[in-house]
Amino acid sequence: MKQRIHPLLVAFAVLVFFFLLGPLVIILGSAVSDTSYLTFPPQGLTLRWFSNIFEISAFVRTMKTSFLLAVGGTALSMAIGIPAAYALARFRFQLPAFLGNIYVLPILIPEIVLGFSLMKTVAIGADVPIMLALLLGHALIVLPYCVRVVGASLNSFDFSIEEAAVSLGCPRWKAFFTVVLPNVRAGIIAGFILAFITSLNDVSVSIFLTGPGVSTLPIQLLAHMEQFFDPTIASVSVLLMGVTVAVMAIVERTLGLTFLTK
Amino acid sequence: MTVSLSLDNVTAHYGSTKVLEDLSLHVGEGELVSLLGSSGCGKTTTLRLVAGFLEPTSGSIKLGERDLTRLPAHARNIGLVFQTYALFPHLTVRDNVAFGLKQRGVGAADRRKRADDMIERVGLGHLADRHPANLSGGQRQRVALARALVIEPPLLMFDEPLSNLDAKLRVDMRVEIRRLQQANGTTALYVTHDQEEAFSISDRVAIMNAGKIMQLDTPEVLYSRPANAFVADFVGFENMIPMRAISEAGDAVRAEMAGGATIDLPKEKFTVPAQDFILATRPEGLLVAAEGQGVPTKLGLRTYLGRAYQYQCDTPAGEIKANGPLSQPFESGSSAVLVPQPEQCCLLPTEAA
Ligand SMILES: Nc1ncnc2c1ncn2[C@@H]1O[C@H](COP(=O)(O)OP(=O)(O)OP(=O)(O)O)[C@@H](O)[C@H]1O
Ligand SMILES: [Mg+2]
Repeated sequence: MKQRIHPLLVAFAVLVFFFLLGPLVIILGSAVSDTSYLTFPPQGLTLRWFSNIFEISAFVRTMKTSFLLAVGGTALSMAIGIPAAYALARFRFQLPAFLGNIYVLPILIPEIVLGFSLMKTVAIGADVPIMLALLLGHALIVLPYCVRVVGASLNSFDFSIEEAAVSLGCPRWKAFFTVVLPNVRAGIIAGFILAFITSLNDVSVSIFLTGPGVSTLPIQLLAHMEQFFDPTIASVSVLLMGVTVAVMAIVERTLGLTFLTK
Repeated sequence: MTVSLSLDNVTAHYGSTKVLEDLSLHVGEGELVSLLGSSGCGKTTTLRLVAGFLEPTSGSIKLGERDLTRLPAHARNIGLVFQTYALFPHLTVRDNVAFGLKQRGVGAADRRKRADDMIERVGLGHLADRHPANLSGGQRQRVALARALVIEPPLLMFDEPLSNLDAKLRVDMRVEIRRLQQANGTTALYVTHDQEEAFSISDRVAIMNAGKIMQLDTPEVLYSRPANAFVADFVGFENMIPMRAISEAGDAVRAEMAGGATIDLPKEKFTVPAQDFILATRPEGLLVAAEGQGVPTKLGLRTYLGRAYQYQCDTPAGEIKANGPLSQPFESGSSAVLVPQPEQCCLLPTEAA
């Protein structure tokens, strides 16, 4: 029996798709337009705006900074988040429930507020170098992803497996690395990717922490847009999207995207 | 190498809740002792103490000459088999079994050989390269067993290892466990809440209640001569008749029960433990007869059991179940006496309230 789908439902779905994908198509179109201003539909076809990115030293510099921050911030956050998630899962019956929620706070606090308070305390108050302040800020905003996603894996982990390893002569700390970590690998990869993308795209927290000579790619993009309105902006956006899609594709290949939504 | 396990006056708490109280237990060399008891009585806690996952509040634990009490868990060298099997999901059957050898620094080639030998012994030779997710429950249990045995531990411990298997497999596996344990002469502590399982494979069984051992003895003794009302009830002594010794009548003790009926218990067959005591029997321990030295009763509902008739009896001491011979059926409503059969009765001290 064929299932009948209401035409209005189809129309609605199509509309949503346009709404979601339309801007992406426009950006992609603008990025290859052979004009010196942003326009859509593209006039002519060129890749020179992509090579232009690499000729503007500010873009190259901030791109490096952004990647460094995304990798470093996420790594730092994982270094804090994995042990925290482990403790929360292992001792979930002994620890008070609110402890787990503390790690979600960075998502709940408006990013502007978070950025401002970080600027006041870390950058100005403690007079931390800009790069380090950025690193700490990024580690903080991605912490919820690390703790929650790794935590979800750990919650379904049977801790008697760890005890089995210990009973077989494996010290506790070693069992954590040889038995626990390999079995929550999927959660760690997924958490890492979510955190990486979040960090790479962050503006609101970074904008408070950047300073003379140090900026991130999304912020440089804003700065560039204020002066020039050429397709370079679109091509950088396409590049960022490309990285995100590539990362997603890797997740999809290795774990399946459903992992991120569960 | 066979050693014995001793727990001496061990008390354990979870937080501020006392879970085990002053528990002492000795498992002899090569002996298999089961801990049997209802849910929450502290069986798993006892294993966790010996394994080193929980520290006793007081008391000591010794394995042979070695004092385990403060030794870290990984240094205790005890083979553990878990209820959930707890296999390493990311490792093959072979690597699961070889894990303990690897921790002991056994070289790769030797490790592989010993693991394969053990996998062969538990009958899984053809599955050595599989991951646990692709095994049946019974096969997983065998891997868990092989993993615990391959390190040749002086002590093996099992926590309800068969409770996730179906009935037929349970019987096969418990025989297998017993066979392997005896072949290696390994001392073993086995936890279960299945009485048949405990009685069938153990040298001795400890019946536990609320963090204490009520009686520790061979299955035969527990089954026929329980030491107290709790154990009697646990092993199926359905009738508990409170009594009081009132006088000596020749070579018998005369005892009175609720309602004033008296019965004479011959001294050569019954040992009365105290003035107040309990006559505990299974239904077959009270013989329904037309007359004799026994508990007077009015017979109620009669049911046919194949080897005997069973009667619901209305006695002055309350409702009781007793069996009568097939050769002499009694009608419901008739009067009779219930004659205690010495070899199937116990006289127990009244519980201190
Ligand atoms: N981690 C824990 N924290 C607090 N109390 C616990 C903990 N584990 C067990 N208990 C309590 O200790 C008591 C004994 O538990 P234990 O697990 O030893 O019982 P058990 O005899 O193994 O029962 P079962 O047959 O259900 O496995 C129970 O009352 C239980 O509620
Ligand atoms: Mg238990």
